[in-house]
Amino acid sequence: MQNNVLDYLDETVVRVPEKTAFSNGTDEMTFSEVDRASRAIGTWLHQKSIYKKPVVVFMNKHPKEVTAFFGVVRGGCFYVPIDEEMPLVRIDLILENLKPEIILCDERTAKLAETFSYKAEIVLYDEICGTKIDDNALREIHAKAIDTDPIYVVFTSGSTGIPKGVAACHRSVLDYIEHLSEVLEFDENTVFGNQTPLYFDACLKELYPTLKYGATTYLIPKEKFMMPVKLVEFLNEYHINTICWVVSALTMISAFNTFKTVVPQYLHTIAFGSEVFPIKQFNRWREVLPEAKFTNLYGPTEGTGMCCYYKVEREFELDEAIPIGRPFANTEILLLKEDNTLAGQGETGEICIRGTSLTLGYYNNFEKTSEVFVQNPLNTAYPELIYRTGDLGRYNEYGELIFVSRKDYQIKHMGHRIELGEIEVNVNMLDNVKISGCIYDGQNGKIVLYYVGDIEEKELIALLKDKLPRYMIPNYVRKLEQMPFTANGKIDRVTLMKNHQEKTK
Amino acid sequence: MEELLEILQELHPDVNFEEEEHLIDDKILDSFDIISIISEIAEQFDVVISAEHILPENFNSAKALYGLIKQLEDED
Repeated sequence: MQNNVLDYLDETVVRVPEKTAFSNGTDEMTFSEVDRASRAIGTWLHQKSIYKKPVVVFMNKHPKEVTAFFGVVRGGCFYVPIDEEMPLVRIDLILENLKPEIILCDERTAKLAETFSYKAEIVLYDEICGTKIDDNALREIHAKAIDTDPIYVVFTSGSTGIPKGVAACHRSVLDYIEHLSEVLEFDENTVFGNQTPLYFDACLKELYPTLKYGATTYLIPKEKFMMPVKLVEFLNEYHINTICWVVSALTMISAFNTFKTVVPQYLHTIAFGSEVFPIKQFNRWREVLPEAKFTNLYGPTEGTGMCCYYKVEREFELDEAIPIGRPFANTEILLLKEDNTLAGQGETGEICIRGTSLTLGYYNNFEKTSEVFVQNPLNTAYPELIYRTGDLGRYNEYGELIFVSRKDYQIKHMGHRIELGEIEVNVNMLDNVKISGCIYDGQNGKIVLYYVGDIEEKELIALLKDKLPRYMIPNYVRKLEQMPFTANGKIDRVTLMKNHQEKTK
Repeated sequence: MEELLEILQELHPDVNFEEEEHLIDDKILDSFDIISIISEIAEQFDVVISAEHILPENFNSAKALYGLIKQLEDED
């Protein structure tokens, strides 16, 4: 039985060695090049005696970065992608949590890596790719590997202000890739157009099926997503037929009437997720691509990528939400009410995940892990973990799972998962800020920050940009004389929301 | 022009939009900003910027963007 994600590559490289595996339109790598470079990196790690350790990959989005991930796994280690888009403060928090020995860079990022407060050995991808491959050593590492060993750690927003590193193993990734591929019907003719950054689990959807089937992935340059006509032209130029994008990337195209100028010619499979797809926009896509298959995906990072899917086959009213549907095979969703019993038809409960798709938990953080990876309350006979997502759901009249809301202050903004608490903690840490309260205007997709303190809005934003990634920066910042509080002393978010709605009228 | 500068300033209070001429090339604006700017312009100027106009040269400076708005207003 397959127990290593790189078995996909080992089989494919024999079958289609000269086929393009990964490309960004300018630079490309074949399966044989990916295989060779990954073996060189694995060998280099082995020679440095780095084994079962985190290896930070800090590179520009490029076929080489993907190859570096596989190289780290070849060496029996696990990769941790970080990115230039992350502010230095955040990167240092991540490095403190991981304590890595190695940071793998390209020429451009190496200079930036030298400015990190955390000191690790900075290694250039191009240099270690020249390492003479030691196949015996790699075979031994492969033979010793167990499918519950981690292969990556990706960091997600934490409400206490410290990002949490979700660690996933071979087994949960294999489980995910097999079931996702079955549902979306990937094959060797699949040409992926990747949109999501490589430092989240979202890119698993393209990377591993590419290895499994000998398909091809185009890493679409980020700037294309600002210019919808150029983006669709890119899809057409490279005959891209399959995309798994966040909703905001799709609506960016449809909302600006791009289809009047240019229409995707080869697209037949469109998966989307992370946010609600407004039906008006969805209908525009379906009108242009009536033959294409559209699938809504749902799932938290802690459940390895996605865990539920819904194939959109019926018509939806403009005010309806597309269901998140049903779990992939080999995964169960438990809808648990407050009293830990199952929610019945029409009742709301917390979406909890059971199965192999659970990740290992938060790296170096047993406390946070045990808060949400908990014993299945319906099983009192033997240890069995479920993951409590914090998302509330219910079943509709067709028995399809519907997302209702969050239990807490976590939001989805432009496809990114954000804890409003993390923004507040970072604002409160600024000198001259007394208190802050953050709300999310879901209808308009705006993060709104209110604060009390002796600092101008302009200055506050500038300081915040050093601490938080771009997508977490509030869209509106408003200074208050006094923060409204509820009777029991919490920030009164209802009053803040009212204030915001009046201001934007 | 004042109105447009206000829209931009609200998004990035720390950027000098009167002088900056490489908003796209220098990655000062990202795709989130473009969407926000276009929807604000639609509201305040009653002008619809569609995909064919969403090009780097139209968004690199406040001046260029204002030119685009004027051009679209005249076409109406």
